Amino acid sequence: MDPTGDEQADLVTETGEPLHRALGLTDGERDEVVAILEREPNHLELALFAVMWSEHCSYKSSRVHLKRLPTEGAHVLVGPGENAGVIDAGDGIAVAIRIESHNHPSAIEPYQGAATGVGGILRDIFTMGARPIAVMDPLFFGDPTEPKQQWLIEGVVAGISGYGNSVGVPTIGGELTFDPCYAQNPLVNVLCMGVLPTERLVLGQASGPGNLAVLLGSSTGRDGIGGVSVLASAGFGGGDEAEEAAKRPSVQVGDPYEEKRLIEACLELLDAKLVVGIQDLGGAGLVCATSETAARGGVGMDVDVSAVPRREPGMVDYEVMTSESQERMLAIVTPQDLPRVQELCAKWEVRAAVVGKVTEAPVGAPGRLRILDGFDGPVLGDVPAVALSEDAPLYHRPLARPADQDARSADDPGALPAPSDCGHDVLALLADPTWVYRQYDHQLFLNTVEGPGGDSAVLRLAAPGLPASERGLALTTDSNPTWCALDPRAGAAATVAEAALNLACSGAVPKAVVNCLNFGNPEHPEVMWQLSEAIDGMSEACLALGLPVIGGNVSLYNESYGKDIDPTPVIGGLGLIDRLTARPPGVTLVDGGTLVLLDASVGTRDGGRRPPSLAGSRWAVQLKRHRNGTLPPIDLAGHGRLVDFVTGLVAEGVAGDDGLVDGIHDVSGGGLGVALAELAVRSGIGVQVSGVADHHELFTEAPSRVVVCTTRSHDLLSRAADAGIGFRVLGTAGGDRIVVDDLVELDLATATAAWRGRLPDLLDDLAPVTN
Amino acid sequence: MAPRIGVVLFPGTNCEHDAVQALGRMGADAELVWHGASSLGHYDALVLPGGFAHGDYLRPGAIARFSPVMEAVADYAAAGGPVVGICNGFQVLTEAGLLPGALQKNRGLRFLCTTVAVRVERADTALTDGVAVGTELSIPINHFEGNYTCDAATLAQLRDEGRVVLRYVDNPNGSVDDIAGVCNAGRNVVGLMPHPERASDPLLGSEDGIVLLAALLRTAGATAPVT
Repeated sequence: MDPTGDEQADLVTETGEPLHRALGLTDGERDEVVAILEREPNHLELALFAVMWSEHCSYKSSRVHLKRLPTEGAHVLVGPGENAGVIDAGDGIAVAIRIESHNHPSAIEPYQGAATGVGGILRDIFTMGARPIAVMDPLFFGDPTEPKQQWLIEGVVAGISGYGNSVGVPTIGGELTFDPCYAQNPLVNVLCMGVLPTERLVLGQASGPGNLAVLLGSSTGRDGIGGVSVLASAGFGGGDEAEEAAKRPSVQVGDPYEEKRLIEACLELLDAKLVVGIQDLGGAGLVCATSETAARGGVGMDVDVSAVPRREPGMVDYEVMTSESQERMLAIVTPQDLPRVQELCAKWEVRAAVVGKVTEAPVGAPGRLRILDGFDGPVLGDVPAVALSEDAPLYHRPLARPADQDARSADDPGALPAPSDCGHDVLALLADPTWVYRQYDHQLFLNTVEGPGGDSAVLRLAAPGLPASERGLALTTDSNPTWCALDPRAGAAATVAEAALNLACSGAVPKAVVNCLNFGNPEHPEVMWQLSEAIDGMSEACLALGLPVIGGNVSLYNESYGKDIDPTPVIGGLGLIDRLTARPPGVTLVDGGTLVLLDASVGTRDGGRRPPSLAGSRWAVQLKRHRNGTLPPIDLAGHGRLVDFVTGLVAEGVAGDDGLVDGIHDVSGGGLGVALAELAVRSGIGVQVSGVADHHELFTEAPSRVVVCTTRSHDLLSRAADAGIGFRVLGTAGGDRIVVDDLVELDLATATAAWRGRLPDLLDDLAPVTN
Repeated sequence: MAPRIGVVLFPGTNCEHDAVQALGRMGADAELVWHGASSLGHYDALVLPGGFAHGDYLRPGAIARFSPVMEAVADYAAAGGPVVGICNGFQVLTEAGLLPGALQKNRGLRFLCTTVAVRVERADTALTDGVAVGTELSIPINHFEGNYTCDAATLAQLRDEGRVVLRYVDNPNGSVDDIAGVCNAGRNVVGLMPHPERASDPLLGSEDGIVLLAALLRTAGATAPVT
């Protein structure tokens, strides 16, 4: 039947604006909807297309580029496109992982924005049948000395803490980056990892006409309506209080207790084999869950909108269908199993309402998503399910290399005057993230072998209901926006490389990555060029290092006042430790140990003609406000050999053998100077290092370098020589000073105080945010 | 025979598997007890683990005290059965009136997940039986409402009767008199904010919690089973 309604005659808003534009659809997109339906859409149908075809849900600007990423591997069980990527970890255990952004909601309402970001990604993981066992949060803010930024930091961290701790999933790491480009548009990314017995793996699809769609969890309210289209798919005017306040109702509100019960109920339903498919409700709410499950299963679905439990009266149909109320899941169950499903949900005090029925697809045509007022009542909307989830227009948006790219590359920070006291600059670059992560429960489940703050976090591969295993997991998130701003291709490649090396430092074999691509406005050709270049760089590095990309998220329109953020691709890296029976050495020193630099970087001195590049370094960017130059090159093949070598070396000790590594740290942000200082302040042991020529060598962030502390340097050096890995003895660990030639001479206590005090000094006196 | 330990599970509890795992590693036969149970099976000790029972809504433990199982827990405690509340479990026991005092928000008003040093003050409670007084243990805390408080008379009574079981060496949360754990007059009900189960495996960085859990198992083995 052809649903019609009174409102169809004049689809304009009160101000006379065409409705489709108010909902975020272009005129061309509206025409496509008409072509698909072969008639005019009504208000409800237009609203469904608007949310499902939003940038956030459809990836319409990025999809043509994402195809270039490598996604396959023998161990990949589920690649991109599902709720989460899944790899086979061996021993009958699979690992699910996903990363997402919750940038715009957090900009407007930091506590709830961040909290619901955590809630949303947990659902993506347990949708796959996996128990979420770890969360990581890469966070990006503006200048932390500004009150507005402090309000954002405080609120976001409190939101992650308040939700994550209560819902009972440990937050084991993340990143904290400050740069003025995020002042109006902070980034709040969240990664979640879950584990499951391999045979429990479920996919979010509906099947079996006659089966029921049961909505589990919270009632549906007006919170979060248009979240994906209003918030996530448009930029900010920037800083206008009234405008931000007006968008606040589009931010969802989280209830971690509801989510905790939902997790336990869903995992029990899956264990009891009572569901044939399950899907979370996230962005675009019920319309997304019903249309995606139907489309994936090649079926249709009737949705009785009147059966959806509501939080408030007076909600109209499109509000119910597009609401982003949190803590809801859609389970597909057989009619016979419904009573047992209801009984189990009652035990966990989880609401369960039959809101849909799976229907047969018409012969030779896609299944229909029909919205009804009562299963036997009038049809309010009728669209092909697949048209919503798959048929969004794909845009080949124009790309343009920035006109000033060459000029920026030529403006190298190498010409900046040398600092009179490099030690002072080292101190200025130290910051202990403990202030953030001590607010997160990072130990729940008794799996956390290496918590936040190191090169990568390490977990035992264990959870209730899993087969026993001696394996371990390593997890890291990495980004390098200052590099990506200079050269998005090289920057993205280096980010992947750093993630792999961070995993190696814990003795893990890097197995897969996920990405969260935070970029500016895709309608700016320079932004699309950045995105395209970053994807190519990521692709090159992943291919060279044998890493499949098993999932991702694209967050565009990160802009304010028309100014885009620096391109910020975030990489989540997942590694596997074959045998985890001893703690990895971590970022530490032993008294009297020898410091060795393992170095696979591309000629640090360029044949003696030029010093190593300082472009993109924290020293140049943060301390000297110099954001230009040509990045240090990276040799991906050499980097891969270094990753293999370091993994093997650390894995020996982690497996319980007598390892050669007593402490280890990759050289990344802040260069060798900061790496040495961090080793010293974290261990409480000083360092004496020589052979570093100048501030270029001290602060360059040339990739593919690792500092190792060992008491058996002879063995280590001969192993490195055998493996063809470049090395150099830097000096020794001991004493209570940090000394690097005549460049750095720091009292360990002073350095420790600077490192520890940086964040508390800024943030401790703030009025805390509680909820 | 291995002591049987009941680990009480409220909706919103999240440390139940950790408690079962840590006690199980030490040879106990630990199993979960659903909060809706109005009677208990045969247990040699009960543990109320950490988490956010009933979402900690209203305030931690305020709703959990009304869960059906709490009447059975009170009866079990009254009969002398060993009962240990860890973190949220401690909060529940104070709300249920099985332990004195209350846990308010931390000084500084932030959540704290970190490892602290605590000193054992008594060697004669269900959780510290036979542990030398003065023993310092390194054990994680993980709470927002861990700041122990009580009125002056109660504090005097706790001191006089030797019912302060554990004290922080360096008070992290503002607790009165550095109190990290207390017991009831019968010394069979103990509440503490630190998580001994999180310090029960060298792979995780500390085994100090085993000192306390082993004492609980000794108590459980020695106590006449309560039915």
